[in-house]
Amino acid sequence: MSKTSRTLVTMPATAKKNEIIEIRIIVQHDMETGFRHTEQGVRIPRDIIREFLCTYNGVEVFRADLHPAIAANPMITFTTIAVESGTLEFNWKGDNDYASSTTSKITVT
Amino acid sequence: MSTSRRTFIVMTGAVGLSPWFGVKATETEAAQAIKQIVGAAKIRTGRVDVDIPPLVENGNSVVMKVSVESPMTENDFVRAIHIVAEGNPLPNIVSFQLSHRSGRAAVTTRVRLNDSQRIWAIAQMSDGSFWQGHAATLVTLAACTEV
Repeated sequence: MSKTSRTLVTMPATAKKNEIIEIRIIVQHDMETGFRHTEQGVRIPRDIIREFLCTYNGVEVFRADLHPAIAANPMITFTTIAVESGTLEFNWKGDNDYASSTTSKITVT
Repeated sequence: MSTSRRTFIVMTGAVGLSPWFGVKATETEAAQAIKQIVGAAKIRTGRVDVDIPPLVENGNSVVMKVSVESPMTENDFVRAIHIVAEGNPLPNIVSFQLSHRSGRAAVTTRVRLNDSQRIWAIAQMSDGSFWQGHAATLVTLAACTEV
């Protein structure tokens, strides 16, 4: 079974048509860099989230490729235009078969 | 064998920190990473703004905001923003892929910084042109030094 973790999406539930909405996403993850060592001098292998994808009613609107230099519990704030009512889907993928997914509904008037 | 307390502390310090000195990216590596992103295209300076605190107490989590001047219409928008660091073990920090449905070309995230350094942001426009901007920051406590 693949790993997963808690996610948090903050965005408005309603918006006017063609309004720019701000979306903030946070996902629980250690983002182990692969550069740290244990006290015994053994290198801790890399374990990070590699990819974030946001789709709006199935259409990709934002994507991010993450590297070890992203802080633990990655937070990204981005914007999109509220074009129609529907569902936004948020997907994270990472090392060791990590995968998380969540959806958020928006009503556009 | 008699090792004074002082030498012992210096020795352990050197051993503990040594992996970090070996894996630090340099300005040339950052330049190479930028070259890999843009290829043969020319980069122009401007339009890109990197907002990062000038003095950072803890490099483990630094809020960074990057914004690009662009009308963000269907024909003229920012396709991607790449963030590159000069003083981290790996030059690449993150790449954002935007679209004309983004509305604004502004993204905020939290990054790790291993040293006082310059952060570069390279924006790829929909017409294929590249623009760059940078910000310098002073880090008092580096990321990743704690075990």
